[in-house]
Amino acid sequence: MASHAIAGHDDGHAHTHYTTTGLDNRKIAIWAFIGSECMLFASLISTYLIYKGKSLVGPYPHTEYTDAAGKVFPAILDIPVTSASTFVLLMSSLAMVLALQAVQLKGVPLPANAGWWGRAQRSSQLWLFVTALLGATFLGFQAYEFTAFVREGLTLKTNLFGSTFFTLTGFHGAHVTVGVLWLMSLLWIDRTRGLGPQDELVVDIAALYWHFVDVVWIVIFTLIYLIK
Amino acid sequence: MATIAAPARAAAPASSPSGLWSWIATTDHKRIGTLYLWTALIFFIIGGLEATLIRTQLARPNMGFVSAETYNQLFTMHGTTMVFLAVMPLSAAFFNYLIPLQIGARDVAFPRLNAFSYWVYLLGGIFITLPILFQVAPDGGWFGYAPLTTTQFSSGPNIDFWVIGLQVLGVSSLAAAFNFITTIINLRAPGMTLMRMPMFTWMSFVVQFLLILAFPPITVALVFLLMDRFFGTTFYAIAQGADPLLWQHLFWVFGHPEVYILILPAFGLVSEVLPTFSKKPLFGYNVMVYSGIMIGFLGFGVWAHHMFAVGMGAVADSIFSLMTMLIAIPTGVKIFNWIATMWAGEVRFTVPMKFAIALIAMFTIGGISGVMHSSPPADLQQTDTYFVVAHFHYVLFGGSIMGIFAGIYHYYPKMTGRFLDERLGNVHFWLNFIGMNLTFFPMHFSGLLGMPRRIYTYDAGQGWDLFNLLATYGTYLLVIATAVFVWNFVRSRTRGAVSGGDPWGAATLEWSIPSPPPEYNFAQIPTVTSRYPLWDLKDPSWHEGESSHGDTGTPGPSPLTEETETHTAKALGIPMPLATAKPAFAALGLVVMFSGLLFLRNDLFAVAMTVTLGGAAMLIGGLYVWLTSPLE
Repeated sequence: MASHAIAGHDDGHAHTHYTTTGLDNRKIAIWAFIGSECMLFASLISTYLIYKGKSLVGPYPHTEYTDAAGKVFPAILDIPVTSASTFVLLMSSLAMVLALQAVQLKGVPLPANAGWWGRAQRSSQLWLFVTALLGATFLGFQAYEFTAFVREGLTLKTNLFGSTFFTLTGFHGAHVTVGVLWLMSLLWIDRTRGLGPQDELVVDIAALYWHFVDVVWIVIFTLIYLIK
Repeated sequence: MATIAAPARAAAPASSPSGLWSWIATTDHKRIGTLYLWTALIFFIIGGLEATLIRTQLARPNMGFVSAETYNQLFTMHGTTMVFLAVMPLSAAFFNYLIPLQIGARDVAFPRLNAFSYWVYLLGGIFITLPILFQVAPDGGWFGYAPLTTTQFSSGPNIDFWVIGLQVLGVSSLAAAFNFITTIINLRAPGMTLMRMPMFTWMSFVVQFLLILAFPPITVALVFLLMDRFFGTTFYAIAQGADPLLWQHLFWVFGHPEVYILILPAFGLVSEVLPTFSKKPLFGYNVMVYSGIMIGFLGFGVWAHHMFAVGMGAVADSIFSLMTMLIAIPTGVKIFNWIATMWAGEVRFTVPMKFAIALIAMFTIGGISGVMHSSPPADLQQTDTYFVVAHFHYVLFGGSIMGIFAGIYHYYPKMTGRFLDERLGNVHFWLNFIGMNLTFFPMHFSGLLGMPRRIYTYDAGQGWDLFNLLATYGTYLLVIATAVFVWNFVRSRTRGAVSGGDPWGAATLEWSIPSPPPEYNFAQIPTVTSRYPLWDLKDPSWHEGESSHGDTGTPGPSPLTEETETHTAKALGIPMPLATAKPAFAALGLVVMFSGLLFLRNDLFAVAMTVTLGGAAMLIGGLYVWLTSPLE
């Protein structure tokens, strides 16, 4: 994962140097990176689907399981709770869009008749904070879900479902964590020296990453939680 | 060799910094390319020595030269070393050195990320290689089939080194691939359209996409294995209902594109060598580009032909068989186009040209036996026999290694300002060519006679004895050939004939600047108007009556000139990336972080956590100071 963040950050030759496409190097690198990440999640998700229904013992995701001792394990996935966390993550993408817009509009004078919403839209700090907060909330939901599952008897070692589920969603959670840290460092830069229109690209790249992680979650939520 | 008599110019700019630190801190793509080249050649020699021990053990029936356990480590490390530590990085040496020069750029897009890739490669390579000295080297084959490699069947630390080492090396390849994709898309000189790019750059471009798309599946497969081994997950636990083919699918989804990752750069190199020494443009440039892309594309749809023997069923076998046969078409196109390039040309049989022609011939043999495997009934007879070993050594040694040697002889004058000795080069070529065929051709026969791969010894009287003995003699010839090459490679740096900027009369941008190139590459970024700018410059009417070769005929604002003088970047006012060891430090942190896992095996949980967190702190600290310091 380490190299990933770098590809987005290494201040290449773009600002002062000629580029063939006119785009910044970092913009191209992040798209190449996202392409690679698609294959990473495709491999993880495929493995989950291949092993779906192959676990020899429970707990199972969508059906009840009774073990040899007669103990009953209810279907383990809690779809209402995860729907809420999914909604939170989706809203964070909206906040991310507003954060990028706020950075783009730096230096554009605020119209005299701007109301509270017009002013709020100009605060990149506010929206970076909201994005990071919603991301962290999603992680909180995930931490709750993981501990609840372990309490109910599902660990990494229990069965194929446990191994694939925790690894796949854990990988996604690690990506969200990297994103939250990334957003917090942008927020920190914004608070210390202020992000200006010249920083649009830096925020844009973080936003591309954030939206990607969000889109991956939509796929995971659909395939793992919603489809039985 | 008429061209050697070119006027002598100053051999090397006196201003280039020297000393160990200047190499550790370098961000110059040419120096990083040189580091890749030297490191990969050392690993090539290590891998070759492992092969020599393997062949010595197999020279005669029932030899006791090495034990079965050592033998397993030797063939595993031979494959792993040659694929991940020798051929891929040898290609990376050329990516680094040549891509910016060929497209008219002053460096890669992310110079420090480039240094990071190299240091991760070096440290990861050492990590995976050192255990062989202590007899605990990986021993599960280069393909590391799980569940064989799970703790249940491989409880020692051997496989731990392999899993962790490959994971680390993957980071290096991925980081480099993002870098080169960006470089090729975004740092081409004005007028260097995609369809004017030199063929080496084109093939490298395709390879970078293969890397970014093929490495994630093996990363995931390795993560599963790592978690099975260290954290008790059940991905490969058959008793818990796991699918014994999961690893094979994930591995070969990576493994087959990997084959093209290994061969396409060599195809690119000979596509530079053949036109130069035939004094003709590359025949069918466009088709060469399309067939390269086609190979890359189809390469993702053929992985299961490595698995015909596992019983996937007739439908899957047929589809993968058909796809595999299809891939012979773009590959065959390339072979015929190279031959057509030489046809009626003014062919000069220099050493690089000989290696390039050897690639065409040897790769064709390996390609034909490959098409034989594409038929499942034939493959069922051949799989896991020495016939397969013969096949993939014809494509990897006869293809990749021959192409890389062609590239080394061709570009050594550009890299050092001096020629490799032609006489020693000829000795190397012929010993290499004869040695290669003597080693691998007999394996076709021992394989068809039923000799299985990966066995450490065999009984006499099965008709395999002669073929094995011949193969072993061939390997010894290859050892001598490589020794001659190393002597030549080291000696010519100071003793070789001075080459000048364009010793071969080549056509592409890298030859328009002095040898070795100054740190800034091009004093003025050239404007490109055709695929063969230097030939246009020397004789504007050279291609009259032929197709246009991408020529627009209108020189741009800064037409190409041959640069013969070397200045410092400072004197010319060209900003260059600063030297910095931060990427090397971050790379060290990454490797330390991963190596902490090793201690989990002995339940040294506290030690493992200390090492891992210490490494992570080094990595994050290194990244922080790296990202917050200015590039140039």
